[in-house]
Order: sequence, then structure tokens, then C-alpha cells
Amino acid sequence: MTALALPGTARTGGSRQLAGTGALLRLALRRDRVMLPAWVLIVGGVVATGSGALKTLYGTAAERAELARSMTANSSLRSLYGPVFSDSVGGLVAWRYGVFGAALAGVMSMLVVIRHTREEEETGRQELLSSAMVGRRAPLTAALLAALVANVAMALVVTAGLAGEGAAGALAFGLSIGACGMLFATTAAIAAQLTESARLARGLTTAVVGLAFVLHAAGDAATDDGSSVLTWLSPVGWTENVRAFASTGTVVGGSGERWWVLLLFVAATAVQGVAAYTLAGRRDVGMSFLPTRPGPAAGRMGTAGALAVRLQRGTLLGWCLGFLVSGAVFGGMTEGAADLVGDNEQAREIFQRLGGQSGLTQAFLAGMVGVLGMVAALYGVASVLRLNGEESAGRAEPILANAVGRVRWAAGHLVVAYGGAALVVLLGSAGLALGYGHRAPELLGAGLVQLPAVWTLTGVTLLLYAVAPRAATAGWAVAGVCLAIGWIGPALDLPQPVMDLSPFTHLPKLPGPPVQWFPVVLLTVVAAALAAASLAALRRRDLAT
Amino acid sequence: MTTAITASGLHKSFGRTHALDGLDLEVETGEVHGFLGPNGAGKSTAIRVLLGLLRADAGAAQLLGRDPWRDAVELHRRVAYVPGDVTLWRNLSGGEVIDLYGRLRGGLDTARRAALIDRFELDPTKKGRTYSKGNRQKVALVAAFASDVDVLILDEPTSGLDPLMEEAFQICVDEARDRGRTVLLSSHLLSEVETLCDRVSIIRKGRTVETGSLADLRHLTRTSISAELSGEPGALDRLPGVHDLDVQGRRVRLQVDTDKLDAVLRSLTDSGVRTLTSTPPTLEELFLRHYQGDDADAEAAGTRPGGGRAAGAMAR
Repeated sequence: MTALALPGTARTGGSRQLAGTGALLRLALRRDRVMLPAWVLIVGGVVATGSGALKTLYGTAAERAELARSMTANSSLRSLYGPVFSDSVGGLVAWRYGVFGAALAGVMSMLVVIRHTREEEETGRQELLSSAMVGRRAPLTAALLAALVANVAMALVVTAGLAGEGAAGALAFGLSIGACGMLFATTAAIAAQLTESARLARGLTTAVVGLAFVLHAAGDAATDDGSSVLTWLSPVGWTENVRAFASTGTVVGGSGERWWVLLLFVAATAVQGVAAYTLAGRRDVGMSFLPTRPGPAAGRMGTAGALAVRLQRGTLLGWCLGFLVSGAVFGGMTEGAADLVGDNEQAREIFQRLGGQSGLTQAFLAGMVGVLGMVAALYGVASVLRLNGEESAGRAEPILANAVGRVRWAAGHLVVAYGGAALVVLLGSAGLALGYGHRAPELLGAGLVQLPAVWTLTGVTLLLYAVAPRAATAGWAVAGVCLAIGWIGPALDLPQPVMDLSPFTHLPKLPGPPVQWFPVVLLTVVAAALAAASLAALRRRDLAT
Repeated sequence: MTTAITASGLHKSFGRTHALDGLDLEVETGEVHGFLGPNGAGKSTAIRVLLGLLRADAGAAQLLGRDPWRDAVELHRRVAYVPGDVTLWRNLSGGEVIDLYGRLRGGLDTARRAALIDRFELDPTKKGRTYSKGNRQKVALVAAFASDVDVLILDEPTSGLDPLMEEAFQICVDEARDRGRTVLLSSHLLSEVETLCDRVSIIRKGRTVETGSLADLRHLTRTSISAELSGEPGALDRLPGVHDLDVQGRRVRLQVDTDKLDAVLRSLTDSGVRTLTSTPPTLEELFLRHYQGDDADAEAAGTRPGGGRAAGAMAR
């Protein structure tokens, strides 16, 4: 019996290795009872309802055929969404949401798997569980099963939502997204064996998902039928190459759905799964293959501000890179995007509402600056919530028991939040200017004008935190609503009072006409007032314990 | 003698929970003061009020003669705090955290820092996430004892330490006392409190029930006596303060309120004493008396000579 308990020698354990899997799976699903349905319904729902939006915008078959033709012809848009394989409604939905849906399913699976494997080990909870009747392979199995449940649910939502556009296509599309999710679930399972920290494991997996996206982007920029080697190296490219709905409408590529591509997912998932189980069998609980490096024996940090920068600098660097690259991609797309939107009257209108002006290139640029600003608000919210994280984890208390006032402590993080948001927006604008190749000063200025709105949303979150720390994460909801208004509002033609709820609505659409300074100044004042009120409130309340 | 910490009538509620219900506390400058109480008695809440992290609903608190809420930052230059549950940043090394805390308090004695790291056998290069509970506590202890401060506030600082490290900790507290520091030590380990503390306060349900030196407190409790007499025992049951009397021929076992000991001994020697064992009350007994059973204890506290209010008065 003792020999069986040794890692690596446990070959004959059989079903015992999986003892307790059912209980662990129930525990995982119970813990994720909010997160998983939210992911499935939001990602699956957006994809599934995509057909309605598409029919509104491109009502006739002729319009859709024209859209399919021009989208496939444009290499920069191809690199984002992949090529169009069919001009049917289903085919266009699969084109528009396929690679993003697949990548998001991958992110969801990663979060689930890491949460129930490495994070459990890192926090020490796994030790307690493993001391019970729990087999050596049960935790990983339960995590992968939880991911399987989520991905099957997402595939079902997508398939059911699009079934009206062709059952075969809907099934192929649903499966291609769910299968990609499962593939990345096993990637995460491997990453969870490699690192001692859940955060690093998530970072590794995200990098793999990002790499898959970049490979597809590079491959699809080069070819217009998804046949590039680079595309075939990417699981996200496989989703696109399933060619869901290619059996409907006017087929661009030739044949119908390519069901056999799904086998690639199965094979790759199996290979990665075996690798993860093998690695898991060769290590002890809590240990990892990539060792944790020791740190310095003495520190140089001497202020709360330095600590805040140290804690947030990695995340900020990631955001900076992301914005620079996204900006450059948007910039590169500008000319082509304006050309092709020009053919569709309704799309042109939407773009003009989004960008607020007549010149389409200008409208596109303004729209992209707006998108960068809105996403930067998410950075601001996340960064400010680090204060809440530090406080609720009990790490703020010993800092504040030193000669550090609350305002000084908070200020360190706020400099990173507000300043970081400015940096991120500026880098995004700089990327936009680089990709577009002209009008750098105007674009940088347009980015700066976004800041009052970014800071206002950041400030709302800060105020929530300062007044009611338990409600602080509601800042995400506020930012989410404003983003939704800014993103979908123009397409849905929402009434103005609703649009006015978002601070971004009030900003002048730049680059373009002369700047309306009043709303910019007013929002700056609002943002400053929110920050001041928050700091005053923070000084008055009890520290959460 | 001046007082480093005073609190009188502190009240603090969280929703419906009354964490502090009129807490009194006095810690004199230069003493090591034990702060005892069961889980949830309000020890940590009281400490957080003293650190200005929480604001009391009512009552007054002073730390080094100043208001801990209003003058928090100034005061914290002179105070080092070790929380009961130390959480560290996952990606910062222990050494970095020690130095950060030191600088944020306004100074760290580097020689003492090195000596303490040695004494606690701490590896300062490890990252926060890889430390065990005991090692996380050592990080906070090294940072606190290496700081040049007047007051050390330690909230169950040894709950994760092994006996060897516990001893190292006791040496540190002794050294701090020798340097004239004031130490408020909240603890569950009675032996630790008995070894280290000059005076103790016992709190229960947010209220101070006993305060005084260990000698004072012992005085208010019962001593166990067992004796073998050469003659028939006298009328011991008529003496005041005698409890649990058990006479078997010439063998006598009894408990007596410590301040009534004299009369009992006189009666015993009248009968002639062959052997005598007298056991002083342990801190455990003191402790248990205040911890056990809610209702029974509340009643008993009122009738006993060593009830809470009397003890508080005597200590002052």
C-alpha cells in the first residue's frame, strides 16, 4: 500500500486514483455557480444573437454577399476575424464571432482549470482535501470535467441560438468553439503543473491563447482562405477552418463544413491531457517544475508609493503593451475599414454615430480612440480595486500600522491607477498613429481627451471602495454598463438620455472638428471631486478587518 | 509611573455584534502587559482601535498620551505591530518586507535585524507565497523587534512558532523590556504570559474582567491545600473562604480563598501538621474561571470576592 502512495509508481491504483472526483466536481461547480453561467450566457449569448444584429444591418442577400466579398478582400480585417467562408447569415456570424468566441472559451476554461488546480494547491486548500478520500488524479480530473461542463454548455447555447440558420452549421460552430475551449483547458492543466503560482499559470496560458491568436492573424493576413501554415498552427485558426455554415449560402471556399478539423481538437486535447496527467503524477502536492526564484535578502523600497508601484508594475506593463499593439492593429486597419464601410449605408451611419462625423476615415479613427478610452477605464477600475484587494487580504493593516497615513497609502495606488490609465491611453493612441502613419499629434491629443471620462469611471469605483468597501467591485458593473452603452449604443440607436449615462458620450469625437472644451473640463472637475470625496471618506471609515 | 496605553469605557459595534463593551486597559511605560481573552473577546478589535485602524464608538483611548485615531501617523513612528495573521505579498521576499516595514516606521537597526534573522533562523530571500505560517510571523517579528520604537503591540504573535522559536521570541521580549520598551502582548499561551508579563488584563465579551499583576490576581483566587495531620482536624468548615472541603480521617484536602489562607493554616497547625502541600492558583484557573460557561460564570463573578470590579479597583 505504501508503494502505491509514491508518485510515479502509482500505476496499479486504477479507480482509486480518481476517488472523490465526483465530490470535487460538485464542489467546483458549486463554487463557480455564478461565474460559469455568466461566461456561458454572455459569450454564448452574444454569439448566438449575432444573427439578429447581422440581419438588421445587412437585410438582403445581396448586401451580405457584398459584405462577404469585401471582408475577404481586406487583409487587415481578415487578420482580425479570419476569412469569410459563406455569405449566409450563419456564415457571417461564424466569421464575425468565431475566433473571438474560441479565444474567449479558452480564457474561460483557463480560469476554471487553474482555479481548481494550482490555486487550490497554492492556498493550501488542496492539502486538506487530499488528506481525505481523494485520489491523486481526482483534482485535475474534476477541474477538467468542470471545464468540460462549461464548454459543452457554451457549445449548446451557441448551437441552439444559431440553429435557425442551419442545424449542421450551428452544430459545427458550437462544437468548434467548445472544442477550442477544451483544448485550452488542457493547456492550462499543463501550466498548472509547471508553476508554483496560480497567477503565473494564468499568465502562461494567456500567452498561449494570445500566441494562437497572433498566429491566426498573421496567417489570415497572408491568405484569404485560411490555408496558411500559420493559421493551421493555431487552434483558433482551426475553429475558423471548421468552416461552419459553409454548406449554406453562396459558398466562398468551395465545400461544406469540414468536420474532420474537429478531430484535430480531439487529438491535441488528448495529447495535452496526457502530458498534464504525466506531469501531475511526477510531482508532489504544492510543488512545481519551474522553481520559484529567491528574492533579495534586503529591500530598497521605503515608501508606500514604491510598494504600490512594485505591486502593480507588471500588470501595467502588460496593459501598455496590449494598448500599443492593439492601437497599431486598429491603425493599420483604418484605410481598409473606411473603404468597406463606405459600401453599406447602415454601417456607415453606425460608424458616424460612433465616431460622430462625416469623414469615414476620421470617424473610424475617432471610434477607435473611443474604444481605447473605454477599455482603459477597465484598467483604471482594476487598478483602483487593488486597494480593496490589499485591504481585504489584510495586507493594508500592517502598512497602516506604520507611520503611513491612509491618504498616503491610497495615493501610491492612485498614482498608478490614474497615471497608468493616462499612459495606457497615450500608448494606444501612439500605436494608432504608428499603424495609420499620419496625424500623430492629433491622435495623441484625442487620446488625452478621453482621460476625463476614464478618470470619472475610475473615480466612481474609488468612491464605492472608500465608502462601502464590500460594494467596491460594483465598480466593474458601472464600467461595464458605460462600455455597453458606448459599444452597442450606436448600433441599437439608444435614446439620448440612456446614452448620456456614460461619461464617454459627452466627450468630443476626436480627431475631427474643433474641440468642445466645456464637457472635457466639466468631466475633469467631476473626476477630481470624486477622488477628493473618496479620500475624505477613506480617512473617516474603519478599516475592514 | 507614566502610562503608555490607556483605554477607558471603549465601545465598538459591528452591526449587531458588540465587539467592545466598555473595555478598560492601562499599560504602564516599560512594562510587558499580557492581554488575555477567549476567541472573539475583542482583543484584536481593541488593538485595532489603539492603532487608529478602527474608531471607537464611545470611550477614550490614548497611546503615548495622544489620540490614536487623530495622531495615527505620528504615533506609528513609535509603535511596531505584529498582527495575529500575517499576510505577505506573494512576490516580495521576506527581506524586502522587513526593510519596507522598518523604513515606514522611521528606522531599522541593521545590526539587530541581522541578529534577529539569525536568531529566528529565517531565510529572508524566500518569496512571500512560499513561507509557512510560522515563517510569515517571523518576518513580522523581525521587522517589529528590529525597529526603534517605544511600544510593541503583538497580537498573538507566537501562534505559529515552534517551541524553539517561542523561546527566541521570549528572549526578544525580555530584551525589549531591558531597553525600556512597552509591550502589549495578546496571547493564548498562559505559560508565555506567566513567564513574560509584569501585569495582565483578562477581557471577556469586550469588557475587562481582571487586571493586575499575577501576584495580585493570585491573591484573589483559591489555593489548594492538602495536609496530613497528627491530630483530629478542627472545625475547618466553619472558617470563611473554605471550599470543597474533604476530610478523610486525618487527611484534609480543601480549597481556600487566598486572602483567607492565614486562618486555615492556623487551624491546621493547631492539630499538628505532618505533611503539607499547598498549590498556588495557576493562571489557567484564573483564566478558566472567566472563560467557562456564560451564565454560571456571570452569577459567580458577582458573588465571589475576586469579582471583576473589585480586581480592577485593587489594581489601580
